Amino acid sequence: MRQLKFFLKKEFQQILRNKLLVRLIVAVPIVQLIILPFAANYEIQNIKLCVIDNDKSEYSRKLINKFTSTNYFILTGYFSSQKEALHYLEKDKADLIIEIPKSFENDLIRESETKVFINANAINGQTAGLAVSYSNAIIRDFNNDVRIEWIQPMRINSIPTIEISSTNWFNPKMNYKYFIVPGLMVLLVTLVGFLLTTINIVKEKEDGTIEQLNVSPLKKHQFILGKLIPFWIIGLVVLTIAQIVSFILYGIVPAGSYLTIYLFAAIYLVALLGFGLFVSTLAETQQQAMFIAYFFMMIFILLGGLFAPIENMPDWAQFLTRLNPVSYFIEAIRMIILKGSGINELSKHFGIIILFALIFNTLAIYSYHKTK
Amino acid sequence: MIKSSENIVISVNELTKKFGDFTAVNRISFEVKESEIFGFLGANGAGKTTAIKMLIGILKPTSGKANIAGFDIYTETENVKKNIGYMSQKFSLYEDLTISENINFFGGIYGLSDDEIKNKSEELLTKLKFNEIKNNLVSSLPLGWKQKLAFSLAIFHSPKIVFLDEPTSGVDPITRRQFWDLIYEATNNGITVFVTTHYMDEAEYCNRISIMVDGEIEALDSPINLKDKFKLNSIDDIFYLLARKSKRKE
Repeated sequence: MRQLKFFLKKEFQQILRNKLLVRLIVAVPIVQLIILPFAANYEIQNIKLCVIDNDKSEYSRKLINKFTSTNYFILTGYFSSQKEALHYLEKDKADLIIEIPKSFENDLIRESETKVFINANAINGQTAGLAVSYSNAIIRDFNNDVRIEWIQPMRINSIPTIEISSTNWFNPKMNYKYFIVPGLMVLLVTLVGFLLTTINIVKEKEDGTIEQLNVSPLKKHQFILGKLIPFWIIGLVVLTIAQIVSFILYGIVPAGSYLTIYLFAAIYLVALLGFGLFVSTLAETQQQAMFIAYFFMMIFILLGGLFAPIENMPDWAQFLTRLNPVSYFIEAIRMIILKGSGINELSKHFGIIILFALIFNTLAIYSYHKTK
Repeated sequence: MIKSSENIVISVNELTKKFGDFTAVNRISFEVKESEIFGFLGANGAGKTTAIKMLIGILKPTSGKANIAGFDIYTETENVKKNIGYMSQKFSLYEDLTISENINFFGGIYGLSDDEIKNKSEELLTKLKFNEIKNNLVSSLPLGWKQKLAFSLAIFHSPKIVFLDEPTSGVDPITRRQFWDLIYEATNNGITVFVTTHYMDEAEYCNRISIMVDGEIEALDSPINLKDKFKLNSIDDIFYLLARKSKRKE
């Protein structure tokens, strides 16, 4: 115990002396939480809309109004021929072209049936997909307006329709920030817990100081605990900073309890630090450690469900996410913050993360040797 | 006979280390007595560092036996570690800690009590004249000063044996002289010194020296006896004669 105390003292002296590192530990969560939720916004606004209005009728104008009165579309062009409109699409001045046929109003009134053509710029498939589905919704809405206008006076309930009314649970306003911020908290804790630990241990190797420790009576478990405890604490500090920032900036207060968040984070960090320790036994230089750590960080993030929903991934990728401890923490923290889930609802997540902690730490202890 | 064997603190028998097909250390045997300064000489790549690493318990030998301060290097590694000090080729104190912090840390992990650490560190700071600069970062010290501090910390816990792997390389002659004063002082306090060096004048300071060539010990005796035996005037000449036989490429 006494030796561990001295070891921890030394670790904290070194970490706190590294002024840049201390500043980064505080600044990184703040900056990332300020910038990323805005930048990584999947709600698409300001879609550049071009209209080819071959009809120029009251109804065609109503339809165009319907589009422009939402916040999603900006009318950048109004043409009477397809050629000009396509030219806009090529020049990237249009994301979406709506073509209204010549007999739009006539057909609508006489035959109760007409067509509208939509062309989307699909270089960014996601934008295109969303733009088309927004358009569908707007046109459907327009269609309903017309029905009500025409059918109601006749009082004939000719076609039974199913009206869908939906409510979004847990994130009623579908605020993308509520989705991304909890995920970012996980990312920040991971960054500190994994990257810093790995590099810290490899630095001792590179400087040769680890050899001095290996010839000392300092026990293996004292070394491991001495390395893990400081970063475990720093990880929880970063989590706390992230909670405060997300409350101040986004008013995010967990629907569940802070205790559950911290309990999960505490176990998660043990798992992650064990993995960091394992990676550090593989690398001889800080450069190698950085590269290996970066490789895993990329996989952790991209297969963690932070940005891309796991449900959208192909089966094999979904399988990989199950091997990724980050995905469980992201899912768990979203459940706690948005849904208010407690330990009971998260028993599966807790079980798996404890398993990760055991596996990674066993692996690390097994591969760290005082004697070669 | 019995009395003299009690005084033997390092006993090495047929110690061997192979890395694949390459035999870095080939069946070396020797004994070192208490309070002796034992010089361990050899060209680069002769196997000195490999041999030291086996003796201090951070490298497992392929075969052979060794007993350090009465403990077996295979089975009693942790006891070996409590009784030895080690200073490596590479400077290995914490550059981002101050002199005092380094002293406290190494005192602490060797299990010294707070009082011992306090008394011994005051003594040490006075001896090295580091009192004024004890709160300076080690990274700000000149190399020679760092080496003196590293040596003092290697013997801070009063080990029976201290292993020094090229402790003075790159250090100026005056500081080297001061460094050897520290070594003599340690032997006066009963510490046995096992030292590797490239400086042949330093070899002359040793009680006995061994010269290693290609993983084997080619000569072992006191400097005077060796000069008699090879009929040469200096250790430098003997070293050159023996090391020239090396077949290993550097």
